This record gives sequence, structure tokens and C-alpha cells, in this order.
Amino acid sequence: MIHDAFLVAGKDLRLEWRSRVALNQVAPFALLVLVLFAFALDPDRGLLEKATPGLYWVAVLFSGLLALQRSFSIESADGNRDALRLSGLDPAGIFLGKVMAVGVQLLALEILLGIGVAVLYTTPITGWILLLVTAMVATVAIAAAGTLYGVVAAGLRVRETLLPLLLLPVLAPVLIGSTRAFEAALGGTPSEGWPWVGLMGVIAVLYIVAGVFGFGPLMEES
Amino acid sequence: MDAVDPNSFSGPSADPSAGALSGDGVSGDGVTEQRVVHLRGAVALLGRFPALAGVDLDINRRRIVLLRGPNGAGKTTLLRTLAGLVHVSEGEAVVLGVDLLTDRRSVRQRVGLLAHTTGLYDELTVADNVSFWSRAARADRSDVDAAMARLGLDGRLRTVPVGRLSAGQRRRTSLACLIARRPELWLLDEPHAGLDQEGRDLVDQLLREATDAGATVILSSHELDRSLQLADEVVTLSGGVATRDS
Repeated sequence: MIHDAFLVAGKDLRLEWRSRVALNQVAPFALLVLVLFAFALDPDRGLLEKATPGLYWVAVLFSGLLALQRSFSIESADGNRDALRLSGLDPAGIFLGKVMAVGVQLLALEILLGIGVAVLYTTPITGWILLLVTAMVATVAIAAAGTLYGVVAAGLRVRETLLPLLLLPVLAPVLIGSTRAFEAALGGTPSEGWPWVGLMGVIAVLYIVAGVFGFGPLMEES
Repeated sequence: MDAVDPNSFSGPSADPSAGALSGDGVSGDGVTEQRVVHLRGAVALLGRFPALAGVDLDINRRRIVLLRGPNGAGKTTLLRTLAGLVHVSEGEAVVLGVDLLTDRRSVRQRVGLLAHTTGLYDELTVADNVSFWSRAARADRSDVDAAMARLGLDGRLRTVPVGRLSAGQRRRTSLACLIARRPELWLLDEPHAGLDQEGRDLVDQLLREATDAGATVILSSHELDRSLQLADEVVTLSGGVATRDS
């Protein structure tokens, strides 16, 4: 399973490196969202600072949807889905590999957006460790849930519109948790953010377990 | 069981458990050791449409079997069914000793399907694609290199993204992925399509080598002159029903 996970993750990241979709499309989109928020709230600087955590994670979520859709659109082309089913790869390994690849792309995106937030929103950071751990745990939760729902939508013609409809509601707790934890890390009291990190950790573990056991049957049926 | 030549890369992998049936040569399903495919009244539905409407078919090891029939006869569905990709809803279906009604997944690693689609990633190079699919099937590195060399993909084509290849070169890349994994059962849907004369001859040669090494080949083709010369047996499909030609 681990061998297969690294094989699939390596393949997906190599594909991304060669196609530059995340670099040329997802990253500019994410930065554009941040800039638009900055313009919209610029007259009220206090509100912008207050809303920074929520705006950051909404931008991550919207941009992450593009990365997730890309992760499954590459498997929809030219019979790749059947080839995956015939390959002998462990479905759990495929799931974990896709989670790893999406996670790496999301982390890169979060770093880029973090720089954008620092430049545009000038928000003070009071809890670096909480900030980093929140980003890691939320990334795993988003990647795991997105990969699980991505395979459900992958076989359908309406997958581009269906995935956000399926995924955004189930990621609402992650959005709330990561926003609250970031509020604590950005000018708040860091100790108040850790329970939210714990909640997101539970969500991440649940989706990982569900994916390891459920990805195979879902891949067969979708 | 006939000896399998481990030195021929187009032959099946030497997995001692592969294709294991009971010691007396007859499995619990009544399938003899030599029999690779056993279908009795097999029905496969595509939606509500019976693409296979009660197929009876037995194919022994080391044979090259040609499936022929008009468009929509069920040739592709039969190949996909034998690969474990299509669910058999009624009847008996045993491939390589695996009952497809109860376990479709375990047969997939032992068959090689060359479909109309290539199963390749356009942005990855030829070498990346062959390497990925071969490593997924736990093929040896030497088999990957040998397969690419055999299909004429070992030169400058190695580093060319598949999306920039011609249809024939893509076909060759798919074939390299297939032979590197040394399947026991080759399922080929129009294997000559898109290939030049040299490529078609190479395919025929590979199929003969595969059967010599112990594999079994089932192919569908509209190129009847070439395929009839190649095939040991001919099965005609019409309306989802198979008839063996004498």
C-alpha cells in the first residue's frame, strides 16, 4: 500500500510539474481572490485584519477545489481509469497517493497565499507553531475529504459542478476550525486555537480511514 | 502444466500461485488446468442492455483466439468482461481459475488489456508512462527496458511526452506497458489499428512469442486476412452471443 501510494503521488506530482496547471492557473486564481478581498474591504482596514483568517481559508478552499478536480480529470482521460483498475495498484494506495499529491500542492498554495496575506493584509502573527500545525492538519483533512468525494464525482459528466456541491458542505467544519485556529494564531491567544486543531485532526483521521477502506468500492462504482 | 519460458519477456510472469488450480488438473468449478476461459450462459449488462446475452466459451492455454463480428456485437464488452472490468450478472464466468462472479479484482493483475483507449498520461514522457504502469504491476526494471526496446521506444522517443506522439507511437507505448507486465492472458481490441506495416508484423510476432512462452491471446479485429492467419481459433460474436467457427 505504501509503495503504491508513493508511486501514485510521484506520478501525480510529475504530471503537475510537467503541465504546470497549478502554477499557471490555480496559483494566479488564489492570489486574485486575495487581491479582490483586499480591494473589497480596503476602506475598513480593521475589518480586513479581522477577516484575514476566514478570507485565507476560503481562498485555500476554492483554489484547492481546482487542484482536486485536476487530480481526477487526469484519470478520466483516454481510459486511464480502467488502466488504474487493471494495474494491480492497491486502491488504498491510490487514495493515499492522491491525498499526498494534493496535499503537497495545497501546502505550496498555502505558502504562496500566506505571503500574499502578509503583504496585502499586514496581519501580526502571535502563534507560529499553531499556525503551522493548523495548516498541516487542515491540509490533510481537505485533501482526504476532497479525494474521497472526488472519486465519487469522477465518473460523472457533471463532475466539475458536482464536486464543489458535495465537498463544500462537508468541509464546513474544517473551514470553521482552521479559521478559529488562525484567529488565535494571528493576534489572538494561541491556546484557544488548539481545540480546533484537535477537531480538524479527528476529521482528517476519519476521512483517511474512510478513504482507505472506501476508495476501492467507490472507484468500481463511479 | 506446460513450462513457461522465464527468459521471454512477452511470456507470463513466473508467479507460482498464478493460475493455480487443483492438483489433478481440474478445479472445483470443473475447469480443467489447461482452460483459461470458461463462460457458460454469461450475461453482462451495459445499463439495461445485455451486451453479452448468454455467452458460452471455453478457451485453452497457449491459444490465439480471434473474436470477430459486426460493430456492436459485444467483442469489446467480452474482452472487458474477461479483464474483470465488466460485471457478469448471470451464468458462469471463470478466467485463469478466478470466478468473476465473486472476485473480479484478483484476475486483473494477471491479464493485459489493450483497449481502444491508450491509458496513457499525455503530459508524461514515454519512459515515464511505461515505467509507471510497469512498476504498478511490479514488473522488473529489465522487463521495462526490454519492452521499450522491443517496441522501438528506446531512442529519442523515450523522453517525448505522449501527447506529442502519433497514434501509432501511442499504440506502441501501450503495447510496451502491456508486455512489460507479462500477462498470462492477453486481451487485445484491434491491436493492429493505427500501426504501420512494420508495427503490425511486430504485433503478430509478439503474440506468437507470448503463446510460445505460455500465455493465451484473445483479440478482436476487423483485419480478418491478417488475423485469420494468426489465430488458432475463431469465435464469431453476434447480438451478444458467441459461436465457435469450425
